[in-house]
Amino acid sequence: MAQDPVIQAQNLSLTFQTNDGPVHALKDVDLTIEKGEFVSFIGPSGCGKTTFLRCIAALEKPTAGNLMVNGLTPDEARRKRAYGYVFQSAGLYPWRTIGGNIRLPLEIMGYAKSDMADRVQHVLKLVELDGFEKKFPWQLSGGMQQRASIARALAFDADILLMDEPFGALDEIVRDHLNEQLLKLWAKTGKTVGFVTHSIPEAVYLSTKIVVMSPRPGRITDVIESTLPRERPLDLRETPEFLALSHRVREGLRAGHSYD
Amino acid sequence: MRNLLPILTVLGGLVLIWYLAVAPMNIRTALDQAERAGATILPEGSVERRSVSALRLMADNPWHIRAAYGLDRPRLPTPMQVGQEFWKTTGDMALKGRAFSNRSLIYHAWITLQSTLWGFALGTAVGILGAVAIVYSRVADMSLMPWGIISQTIPIVALAPMIIVVSSQLGIEGRGVPKAIISAYLCFFPVLVGMVKGLRAPEASQLDLLKTYDANGWQSFFKLRLPASLPFLFTSLKIGIAAALVGTIVGELPTGAVSGLGARILIGDQFGAPLAIWSALFAAAILAGLLVTLLDLTQRVALGRMGGRT
Repeated sequence: MAQDPVIQAQNLSLTFQTNDGPVHALKDVDLTIEKGEFVSFIGPSGCGKTTFLRCIAALEKPTAGNLMVNGLTPDEARRKRAYGYVFQSAGLYPWRTIGGNIRLPLEIMGYAKSDMADRVQHVLKLVELDGFEKKFPWQLSGGMQQRASIARALAFDADILLMDEPFGALDEIVRDHLNEQLLKLWAKTGKTVGFVTHSIPEAVYLSTKIVVMSPRPGRITDVIESTLPRERPLDLRETPEFLALSHRVREGLRAGHSYD
Repeated sequence: MRNLLPILTVLGGLVLIWYLAVAPMNIRTALDQAERAGATILPEGSVERRSVSALRLMADNPWHIRAAYGLDRPRLPTPMQVGQEFWKTTGDMALKGRAFSNRSLIYHAWITLQSTLWGFALGTAVGILGAVAIVYSRVADMSLMPWGIISQTIPIVALAPMIIVVSSQLGIEGRGVPKAIISAYLCFFPVLVGMVKGLRAPEASQLDLLKTYDANGWQSFFKLRLPASLPFLFTSLKIGIAAALVGTIVGELPTGAVSGLGARILIGDQFGAPLAIWSALFAAAILAGLLVTLLDLTQRVALGRMGGRT
């Protein structure tokens, strides 16, 4: 029996009305994401990749077309807490400890106290931050703060993880390390991941599916199914296969006049 | 206490300027008294001296400058005189067991403090509730905020007697309630402005995050907006309590009150007793200092617990 897709978009459009006239953030986007996929959205600023992610999260409302998340409307899925969302800035509350920050969604969703403690320990281990529970955010480096914010999104039982340029503000060395960790985490949890980035190597290294987008109007120019194996050491990035995929992504970006 | 030295340096400078100012301020009175006692003064006669500058008088009569520092009713008393008067009406009376006699500044400060605290509580409550309304309702934002600003442009001295007349008309006994209202009137505004800013401090992404958790309004208020606003609130409270004290004293001034620091200042003025004015002024300053320090300590403890860097 075929499984229902986790995310299904048909003819999805979103137009913002501004003082300078309408802006077509998304136009006729069709995309299907199956359970357990790691999907990257890549493209230059203004291509609608973040807008698309925000539509899935019901933080924006499409103006036309159809979007289903777990077979529900995005807003129903949000009310059922179907996804964890990671923003570009870690956005940890400075007045809460790392443990307290991870407990935030659990408190809001009404988890039992004992359950909370277990979950905090579990996700801290997943992002390799065990022992930092009682530290305050300012005592952690930028990369560690972003790991804590990922832990926060993993603490409750959402099977979708939406990440909006989570490593965009970090340096390349930290980024490599976090990419590697993220893959391990994805393998361990089996979540469906939507990942927005503007780095070609990051998209190719992480994804099972790469969605190339272009601006004005925001649309999909290419969807690339990755041929890379699931097991991905960092030096995979020097193989011809990896470079071929990177080339195709670059071609896709060029086809969308993204370099204008 | 590494910030003690700069504070003491500034204080020392102020005291020095004060002492230097005493001589020119008091020289005419000192010369008048000396002339009456039979000394020869240049130029002769108090009317003659009016057209001569104070510094000139000091230069021509150097032997009488000393007297300017020991007058009974000086235009400007020395810090020493103020200190002695202050001690006489506070510590000395407390030692004699008469701390709450109506000649004691402790008693008057206590009266003022009560109204200040009631006004502070009232003003803070109004300020916080107003800020919540403004942040959550666009209608309140458009309507309340301008009135808040307009309210602060009306001189409180003009408003104070009206509040007292109205409250006695409504059958409210005593001056405690109207004084607290006057004090709250000055105190609510900084709290309102600070809290509006504080409650709006969270970034859009932090509010979005709560939306992804499907948090309700109460949760986003108590878990995000309120804690985010606390640093702003404490700063406002420190301004607010000083304003509340000023409000209370103003409330005591034009209203014929017989107790409270404001009443002491007024009585000192009417009876030509500058020492009483000055020591009441000092009592008010010390009271304000204590209240602000108390709030500052509370802020340190509270924000320290909330992960503030130490």
